[in-house]
Amino acid sequence: MSLVFAGIMSHGPGMRARADRADPAVRDPFFATLDRLRERLEESRPDALMVIAAEHFANFFMNNMPPYCVGMAEDYDGPIEDPEWLRIPRRTVPGNADLSRRIIGKVMERVDVAYAEEWKFDHGIMVPLSFLTPGFDLPVIPANINCQGPPLTPLTRAYEFGRAVRAACDAVPERIALIGTGGISHWPATPNSGKINVDWDREFLGRWTRNDRAALTSYTDEETLRDAGQGGFEIRTLVAVAGACDGSSGDVWFCEPIPIFATSGFAAVMNLDEQAAAKAA
Amino acid sequence: MSLYALQKLLYELNRDPRVQDEFAANREAMLARYRLSDQEADAVRSDDIGLLYILGVNGQILMHFAAWRGLAWDQYIQAMKDALAKHGQVRGGIYAAVDGGEGGAV
Repeated sequence: MSLVFAGIMSHGPGMRARADRADPAVRDPFFATLDRLRERLEESRPDALMVIAAEHFANFFMNNMPPYCVGMAEDYDGPIEDPEWLRIPRRTVPGNADLSRRIIGKVMERVDVAYAEEWKFDHGIMVPLSFLTPGFDLPVIPANINCQGPPLTPLTRAYEFGRAVRAACDAVPERIALIGTGGISHWPATPNSGKINVDWDREFLGRWTRNDRAALTSYTDEETLRDAGQGGFEIRTLVAVAGACDGSSGDVWFCEPIPIFATSGFAAVMNLDEQAAAKAA
Repeated sequence: MSLYALQKLLYELNRDPRVQDEFAANREAMLARYRLSDQEADAVRSDDIGLLYILGVNGQILMHFAAWRGLAWDQYIQAMKDALAKHGQVRGGIYAAVDGGEGGAV
């Protein structure tokens, strides 16, 4: 089939771990937006959800760090964090090893990726799943982009990875939903946790919704570190989703700073129908 | 090399309950297997989360580790702020403090 849904959202552990401490005036409309995102996902009737995430040393370490890796397991355990701390119970999430294998094979025609038959989810995947598939019942295909241990893959390559993912999704009969998750600007896990550059976030999301490839991939890591913190390196996951939707544009549904979540709470979708309509015309 | 080894120890502790059990039962034998400086080993022994931050442990590894060691969120953020005041700026990695460590959502 192809992609039936494509969106992006934040994944800060605080969205579950410290939800009670967020200002309800911002938190409640954000969570209501994530409910809408879940409804849009469900309406797309996906057979599987591919999650492009920026994990945080749950599986990959500097002894052998893949720039890109796609999961190929029957199932996945998570979260690796203390479940009491994250406030998401530990569980097993279904995968689809056969579908993963076919997608990985197609992605490899254009981009070199690693694969993993073992993978433990951290908050970067568990938090989005807890909002989008609260029953944890939709088969997941995890993909990871190294956003933590430099050298990091260039943004232009992240966009190309997304294009390769799209070609792979176009080549399988299943209906695939795609979600990219990462912070925009943030300084997480530092004494400055809660610092957010909301102007930078909105500028980035503007480039994302226009799917302006040149603008999206023009940030240098030095600029990102200065203006958006080391957490800003995670824009790779969002750029990849734009790549998967090359030719489509999108809408921002929500973007407001929520300091106790360490990032802006955000959600945005790409409008895949436009592209199909243009192709048909 | 030793920051790499220190992060590897914490990475393995974070993700594997069996490694956590061994850490609880036989900590010194485990520490001896990693090429840690004396200061790094002492920071692990004494659960000095703030010093581990200053030594350059990646923030994501340290956040998970601090949670496993039982630090509440505010204690964890405060430990980094206190260590920054005591020891000065972070010595490695990409998680340096900005704005003198001010601000944040505590």
